[in-house]
Amino acid sequence: MDVMPKWAEVILVPLISLILAAILSALVILAIGEDPVEAVNLMVTGALGSTYGWGYTLYYATNFLFTGLAVSVAFHAGLFNIGGEGQAMLGGLGVALACLLIPWPHWTIALVAATVAAGLFGAAWAAIPAFLQARRGSHIVITTIMFNFIAAAVLNYVLVNLMRPAGSMDPATARFPEAVHLPTLHDILGTVGISFSKAAPANVTFLIAVVACVLVWLLLWRTWLGYEIRSYGKSEPAAKYAGISPVAITMIAMLISGALAGMMAINNVMGEAERLVLNAVEGAGFIGIAVALMGRSHPFGVFLAAILFGFLYQGGAELALWTSIPRELIVVIQALVILFTGALDNMVRMPLERLFLMMRRGDA
Amino acid sequence: MTAPAIELKGISKAFGPVQANKDISIRVMPGTIHGIIGENGAGKSTLMSILYGFYKADKGEIFIAGQKTDIPDSQAAIAAGIGMVFQHFKLVENFTVLENIILGAEDGGLLRPSLAKARKTLVELADEYGLNVDPDALIEDIGVGMQQRVEILKALYRQADILILDEPTGVLTPAEADQLFRILGRLREEGKTIILITHKLREIMEATDTVSVMRRGEMTATVKTSDTSPAELAELMVGRKVLLRVDKKPATPGDIVLDIKGLRVVDDQKVERLKGIDLQVRAGEILGIAGVAGNGQSELLEVLGGYADGTGDVSLNGTPLDLSGRSSDGRSRRRRGIGHVPEDRQREGLIMDFSAWENTAFGYHREPAYQSGALLNNQAIRNDTAEKMARFDVRPPNPALAAKSFSGGNQQKIVLAREIERNPDLLLIGQPTRGVDIGAIEFIHQQIVALRDQGKAILLVSVELEEILALADRVAVMFDGHIMGERLSSETDEKELGLLMAGVGS
Repeated sequence: MDVMPKWAEVILVPLISLILAAILSALVILAIGEDPVEAVNLMVTGALGSTYGWGYTLYYATNFLFTGLAVSVAFHAGLFNIGGEGQAMLGGLGVALACLLIPWPHWTIALVAATVAAGLFGAAWAAIPAFLQARRGSHIVITTIMFNFIAAAVLNYVLVNLMRPAGSMDPATARFPEAVHLPTLHDILGTVGISFSKAAPANVTFLIAVVACVLVWLLLWRTWLGYEIRSYGKSEPAAKYAGISPVAITMIAMLISGALAGMMAINNVMGEAERLVLNAVEGAGFIGIAVALMGRSHPFGVFLAAILFGFLYQGGAELALWTSIPRELIVVIQALVILFTGALDNMVRMPLERLFLMMRRGDA
Repeated sequence: MTAPAIELKGISKAFGPVQANKDISIRVMPGTIHGIIGENGAGKSTLMSILYGFYKADKGEIFIAGQKTDIPDSQAAIAAGIGMVFQHFKLVENFTVLENIILGAEDGGLLRPSLAKARKTLVELADEYGLNVDPDALIEDIGVGMQQRVEILKALYRQADILILDEPTGVLTPAEADQLFRILGRLREEGKTIILITHKLREIMEATDTVSVMRRGEMTATVKTSDTSPAELAELMVGRKVLLRVDKKPATPGDIVLDIKGLRVVDDQKVERLKGIDLQVRAGEILGIAGVAGNGQSELLEVLGGYADGTGDVSLNGTPLDLSGRSSDGRSRRRRGIGHVPEDRQREGLIMDFSAWENTAFGYHREPAYQSGALLNNQAIRNDTAEKMARFDVRPPNPALAAKSFSGGNQQKIVLAREIERNPDLLLIGQPTRGVDIGAIEFIHQQIVALRDQGKAILLVSVELEEILALADRVAVMFDGHIMGERLSSETDEKELGLLMAGVGS
């Protein structure tokens, strides 16, 4: 029997974890001699107080949405994909090739092509660890971590030796042509008369990420493929009994996961930088793990968690800019959020379950 | 008058809203064998776990030899002279018997003196109780019967005066079980007190002096074994009259549905588990596969169910089955008309976290009836589940409830409903009533017989000989990957089958 009602499970537990993380963060800020109230104030105004702040928050959130969904899909199949970072790097390579090699007439067609390329490259990068896991039993956690390093090396080689424009000192590709520049939220909202900061990088990819959330939800809970993925993730012996192929599901789940991680590149590479630079992913692949954990691997939860981490990223940048709080402290705060919502889940859950039990017995 | 070896007074224990033990009191006199019988979930294991210090009772007192005793953990239980032999042995496979016996009871940091002392004690114990084992044999090399002796010796080595055995005969052949009961008798003569937990009425009648019956967390009766009968005990367990025999007409076998010739299975460790099996199952008959667990029955079900590879010739209704190729999976088997109720419903047959309706689609989730376009038609599955739950009397009849929230019997009904209602030509059933309460056993047996009477072929694997004899029309006995012999169930008995199960040829 479920001890807690669903709303407590889905909302109350993460919320309390979050508040605990916030309190502990405040103590840390106090300890280094800064004012936590002032810090929160700065973060909130910096990240949510202006369309400029929102523009950055949503930009970061878009990255985390893709990587968070990527981790979630693999997780439902019982696979821990730590390789979102590398898959997103390769996705960036796919986007860069698609944007630079073909002269697209319009950004819409380019976007479709770049999305496909990003997904294919990301999926291909996930395919090798997936195959090794499915056929040889090499643990996917180990192989995907290794593939992050290999991806970084590959990008380094490609950018320095192959795609760097002649004469450039910067290990980056040439800028993408004007025709493939994506409309920002400023452009999109402008058409309906809402003014949005022109300088912020949030762009049309955010909408694609939201659509991806819905599609992932449909896939997992409304198709037989998603049903097979979830079954396999819950119990491999049962999946075999039902005629679900472990090899096929491992491959398919990882390909979808890799493709989602790769698609992050249409946001950061095509939407923001408009060229491919080294270290374009900036750790978003790893944040995706935290986002998926906190979002309970559910697309809606991932959506909320991605927005929260987008806020932490942007708010943290503001904090580092305006106070003497070092940028590293933001990493501490993020780590506390991950610690409380992910690793220390039971610390909050157990007392809550007991509370609900007592209340129920009181009713009976 | 001597004080009781164990006296429990008013023990109560609740897990959340579930009252597992309600005001339970027992007295067990020294030098007796006391049986505790009850259905699954009646609270037997909880009660013993309280006595062994795994759980703390909410209320109540424990007296050991007249002394009020607190048992906060298993260390305290051992100190109080209580020894426990678990249903699943807690032995280290690659240690010797001797090493297992001293594990956790070593004196000091050096092993050698402990081992020497244990060897001496072991010889004494073996003489005293007739418990002969080779102290230097590795656990993985000795049989289950021997392993159980090691568990008993472990308890005796820790100077247990009270021995609790939890379902001790589950893994034994009838002969091994008889041997166990002789050992228990010997221990009783030497003044030990024994508590025997079981759901088998026959063992209670054979081995115990007194018996307590538990039902839904309560102790419904404690009687002298010689004053009661199996029928009375069954009624006390379930709370109503039960049919201990299966009502069925003689079988009218038709054409051969399943034809197995020279079937071999080699497992992942390259061990041959099936060594050339020949079997036939006809329409309208139940073929029972008897045998001690682990002699190849599971592999037989797995290869027929499509999730283990094998070699040999197997055909269904005259058409060969693919045993190792691309169409050797559960889905292809289902399309060929093979239903399968697996041995371990919690590991294989159900996804415990999925709701009942999701589980009803399990294995059939790609069926056109369950799709609408590219998506699953969840409503259709829910409706289908509600109907099946009603027909199989699954309680509570709520398709949205997770499988893990149902009792063992109701979980099994969900699996049976899913497989039987597909109208398969051949139904594979493994351990149909393992962990299922008596009330549900009756119902499940009736369903299996009803399917047979519709002219379907049924292959039944069970480690419960009684069940095989009651249900099957023909019995094949498996031992070490071979079929030791086939008998008509009307022309054989437990003794003859027991010999075959032990590998003694006919």
